[in-house]
Amino acid sequence: MMSDLSALTQAVIKGDAKTAVEETQKSLDAKVGIQDIIDNGLISAMDEMGDRFSKGVIFVPQMLRSAKTMQECMRLLEPLIKEGEVTTKGKVLIGTVKGDLHDIGKNLVSMMMEGAGFTITDLGVDVTPEKFAQKAQEVEPDIVAMSALLSTTMPAMPDTIRALEEAGVRSKVKVMIGGAPVTEDYAREISADSYASDAGSAVARAKQLLNVS
Amino acid sequence: MIVVGEKINTSRKSIHDAVGRGDADFIVKVAREQAEAGADFIDVNAGTFLDREIDRLCWLVDTVQNQVDLPLCLDSPNPKAISEAMKRHKGEPMINSISLERDRFDALFPIVTSRPCHVVALCMAETSMPTTVEERVSVGSELIGRLRDGGVPLERIYVDPLVQPVSVDTSMGLAALGAIRRIMQEFQGVNTICGLSNISFGLPERRLLNRNFLALSMCNGLSAAILDPTDGQLMSTLLAVDLLLGKDDFCERFIDAYQEGRIVG
Repeated sequence: MMSDLSALTQAVIKGDAKTAVEETQKSLDAKVGIQDIIDNGLISAMDEMGDRFSKGVIFVPQMLRSAKTMQECMRLLEPLIKEGEVTTKGKVLIGTVKGDLHDIGKNLVSMMMEGAGFTITDLGVDVTPEKFAQKAQEVEPDIVAMSALLSTTMPAMPDTIRALEEAGVRSKVKVMIGGAPVTEDYAREISADSYASDAGSAVARAKQLLNVS
Repeated sequence: MIVVGEKINTSRKSIHDAVGRGDADFIVKVAREQAEAGADFIDVNAGTFLDREIDRLCWLVDTVQNQVDLPLCLDSPNPKAISEAMKRHKGEPMINSISLERDRFDALFPIVTSRPCHVVALCMAETSMPTTVEERVSVGSELIGRLRDGGVPLERIYVDPLVQPVSVDTSMGLAALGAIRRIMQEFQGVNTICGLSNISFGLPERRLLNRNFLALSMCNGLSAAILDPTDGQLMSTLLAVDLLLGKDDFCERFIDAYQEGRIVG
């Protein structure tokens, strides 16, 4: 049975954390399944926000507010989730490449992917190719996502792809890249699997890569 | 106010295409319109050409200086590109930019101290981006100290407080403004500079936000800005604020601009 999670969805869209947390608790009390709450209460709200964001109807602060609201709700749900009980859209390993300290774009992508139902491992900034490769072996992600904000740090992207090859994990992951100076052509040139120009399209591209909706 | 005209940057598609095909007429036109609108330096950036950046940046230096009598702001995070472009530059260029990031600092320091130039000192720490006023002032002070030890006079140093978007954190406006104020107070004679567009990332009506941020920055002591001088509303704001801050004797520059039809209300 589909439960009515529209009040929760609306609260997440508004970024009203107080109401959203209350609604999450209400749903739990009413024995609504956790997967149901996540999919039809939270992710559906973030999908709607992602869509509005891509169309330019809403802006970064509104997106962030909704993402934070969702995180508050997840804090309530997480202790209750048993291993393997909740499905993920996919695992994403993300970081800003070696020599680059810019994290704003990377954080936005990270937050929106999390909102869309991906499981994120964020390695932070100035992540060496070796670190990417080592973590990829450990976490076994579906996607490795790299950000670079400087033309001088972009070469760390092909270096990282080479490190993934040497570690024997390149064929097991999809590689996504982004950042102000990065282009679709560059992605092709270095044999990355996908490029995204902004946080909204990063989610869409990630879904395409993994063939999930 | 010292104005650095920002338009010749290959991250703009029309500029990228013109630089790619070596269209000198187009580039000279963009340089000249910025000079006529009041630019003191013309910024040149060929970052999108990656491994051809050095060649394209040098071409830009030759092309612009051949026709327009202004110094350039050599804009690249790549020390090799800066070094090569500097060799062909006539007069004293502005170098944009040095920071405390170790590789960048070590490579650029000998270049910017090798001959007279203006240096943008970006408040980027060795391993992180600063968030607070204190962190910015601390990085700025360290850069000023090292550059002065290397023989760069204070008035040729332009501290960039590193402007970050308020859409992500609403305290970022005050963080940059506070840093400008403190650096100008603590190092009398130094310059502060910033670009305006980062502040409004992720928000609607960015030009409105940018020009109001310019006014607030100037009120806190900002002495130089990287901007589009052909934006009439923005340049009108700049002239009006300069006047209101008592930096335009007899309101001459403002009235001249008005009489030439350059003030947009």
